[in-house]
Amino acid sequence: MKNRSHSAEPREVRVSYPALGTRSLDRLIHERVRLGIASALAVNESLSFNDLKSLLKTSDGNLSVHARKLEEAQYISCTKSFAGRMPKSEYRLTPAGRKALERYLDHMEALIRATRER
Amino acid sequence: MTAPSTLPEGRAEPLPLHGQAIADLRYIRRTMERAGAFTAISGWGLVATGITALGAAFMAARQPTTEAWLGIWLAEAVLALIVSLWASDRKARAARIPLLNGPGRMFVFAFTVPMVVGALLTVAFLGGPLAGRLAAIWLLLYGAGIATAGAFSVRIVPTMGIVFMLLGAAALFSPMGWGNAYLAAAFGGLHIVFGLMIARQHGG
Repeated sequence: MKNRSHSAEPREVRVSYPALGTRSLDRLIHERVRLGIASALAVNESLSFNDLKSLLKTSDGNLSVHARKLEEAQYISCTKSFAGRMPKSEYRLTPAGRKALERYLDHMEALIRATRER
Repeated sequence: MTAPSTLPEGRAEPLPLHGQAIADLRYIRRTMERAGAFTAISGWGLVATGITALGAAFMAARQPTTEAWLGIWLAEAVLALIVSLWASDRKARAARIPLLNGPGRMFVFAFTVPMVVGALLTVAFLGGPLAGRLAAIWLLLYGAGIATAGAFSVRIVPTMGIVFMLLGAAALFSPMGWGNAYLAAAFGGLHIVFGLMIARQHGG
């Protein structure tokens, strides 16, 4: 699996997974809010910024920081429009983002299996 | 590029390894289930069933016997069920989620229970003096089904259920002859109004 190296954020990985090797863990999607964004978008064609904010119970600033990181990695796409005079951001999960989430799920499941077998 | 977030990460003490992985999976699942509520029901499907219900009300009002009237509404119920299942399936496919995910299954179960009661009461009351109250009973039980099943969905769904129940309660204490008009107003009018609101606010 590819390791997306974002030098600015190794501190965001709270737990290392030696059973799998930390290198194999997708740090980008591991963070809670980002994992939440990807999970919510996996079951919706698109969600607005406000949908995500209320769903994940997070602040504007926190959500936009994390959404931007996923956007930069091209895991999600964002289309901006206007609803009346209010700007509206609609987020979608890209195929790459869906694959990343699936890989992450596989990892977690493999990890659970590995500890059970021991 | 934004600076890394310095907000606290929620959990102070890391759980043991597999516990952390299980917690992650649970979090993903919970988020997906809660987010799934955004798309549980197809608004356009409701609008379509509203339109067929208006047609059914028009035809049912012209039937000579209670049995023929009931036949029209039963056919409408089957048609509405097919249309709304088809529309929900399309909506779920577009979002690439299985229709019967966690909240979907709960919705079907909670909705089916009062529908079974409605079917039993219909059989029992048909031909008796209470046949004229069937419209009120259907509205009350359909509303109860939507309101309780909708507890797992977005707020507008249980609200629609409550409004159906209010109309059902009104029908219960209105002249028996008004039953068909109540059905037209509720299964036709309410479905179209709430369907448009769901389609606009909850993605189709």
